[in-house]
Amino acid sequence: MEENKRTCLYPEHVSLKALISPFGGFDMPIQYRGIVEEHNAVRNACGIFDVSHMGEVSITGTDAERYVNHIFSNDVTDAPVGKCFYGMMLNPRGGVVDDLLVYKRGDESFFLVINASNIDKDVAWIESNASGFDVKVENLSDFYGEIAIQGPKAEEVVEDVLGIHVSDLAFYTFKEVTYMDKPAIISRTGYTGEDGFELYAPHDVTVATWRRLIESGKAEPCGLGCRDTLRFEVGLPLYGDELADDITPVEAGLTMFVKLDKPEFIGKEAVAAQKAGGPARKLVGLELLDRAIPRHGYEVLAADTDEVVGVVTTGYHAISVDKSIAMALVNTPYAALGTPLRVRIRRKTFPAVVVKKKFYNKNYKK
Amino acid sequence: MNKIYYSPSHEYIRVEGNTGYIGVSDYAQQQLGNVVYVDMPEVDDEITAGDDFGAIESVKAASDLIAPVDGTVIEVNEALADNPRLVNEDAMNNWIIKVEIADPAQLDSLLDEEAYKALCAAEH
Repeated sequence: MEENKRTCLYPEHVSLKALISPFGGFDMPIQYRGIVEEHNAVRNACGIFDVSHMGEVSITGTDAERYVNHIFSNDVTDAPVGKCFYGMMLNPRGGVVDDLLVYKRGDESFFLVINASNIDKDVAWIESNASGFDVKVENLSDFYGEIAIQGPKAEEVVEDVLGIHVSDLAFYTFKEVTYMDKPAIISRTGYTGEDGFELYAPHDVTVATWRRLIESGKAEPCGLGCRDTLRFEVGLPLYGDELADDITPVEAGLTMFVKLDKPEFIGKEAVAAQKAGGPARKLVGLELLDRAIPRHGYEVLAADTDEVVGVVTTGYHAISVDKSIAMALVNTPYAALGTPLRVRIRRKTFPAVVVKKKFYNKNYKK
Repeated sequence: MNKIYYSPSHEYIRVEGNTGYIGVSDYAQQQLGNVVYVDMPEVDDEITAGDDFGAIESVKAASDLIAPVDGTVIEVNEALADNPRLVNEDAMNNWIIKVEIADPAQLDSLLDEEAYKALCAAEH
């Protein structure tokens, strides 16, 4: 079996006695003090995450903008430098190769942030579609560390502890800074539903930054366990759960990030056709009427027959809302709000009802 | 006579005569973290040594509960239905099911306190 990779912060996690598990090909911290404590720290104050496992790819050259628009579902045309975009790379069938952030660093320079588990697949995809475009593709994943600083006090922590001026950064924008004498990127982005920042820097700066944050006592170290509960509660998708090569943005309810008015991009025809005809299944929220917990892969059944009409993609007894809730891909006839359904959990089935998949309101600073 | 035995999958059974109180060990609750749900069988259900009789769920994952012996469920701990965190507060006193033990000889294949402690130390 192939050895898992470790981020530059791995020794810090060991010294903090984190519970460590494999994720996306890396040995990552799942929790330190506990998922609930860490989750609440992010909702109420400030938590920090090692997300150095995420991949970074640079696309530069005279055709950079045209090429990013070719492989990316969102529209970067004539965007100001310093803007971030969320969107997807789609295959010709409209399935999701990956979801990602795109940072516009210059008129001929873009920075893509991709999922750890997809780095090899994505880089191959990006390179294989670049013929005919004057672009240079560089995989910088082994160069950058990344720390996410998240929560209502994140701005204060970044300003006071790190001394980086970010109060002027708008949501989904970034700036290039020199930090500890090295070039770094800091954006007002995140994956928790709270205000927050993501800092991309070389490994030595990432380690020094992490230590400074921990030593301040103002930032709770948070593992991937609560990163998942946090993103889930606000209805954000995770690749591998809600998104996959055979799940489309129409099914996942992400068409606002697919700009069909662009002249062309990979997957456009398939998405347009599915949007016009309506998808056969949709991603919905489910609320259980019991404490039993729906988990990824559990079957969703019709209320009054044993017909399997869907599958749970993510489920928890959610921390901020104290209910057993799930996201599930269900056949469209069963996807309307208020539809009664059942979820099979081990030997029994439990009644559930279709609800909005935003279980907890986002608290972004816009 | 009141004796506690453990299984390698971290269940305990406290034995009083022919009755067994089955729960998860203190070590297990520590490893699980916040318990948010305990899936329990029903009274009169038969349990079989080595088979799952329910599950215990932390925020992150579900773990099967494995029966340490054969038996019949005579009571389930209803308090856990409303307050699963009792397992975290005191795992050894908040048993999950009370069973009538079918074959007391099966207890001999379980671990005593000392052997179980050694097992946990080795896992850690």
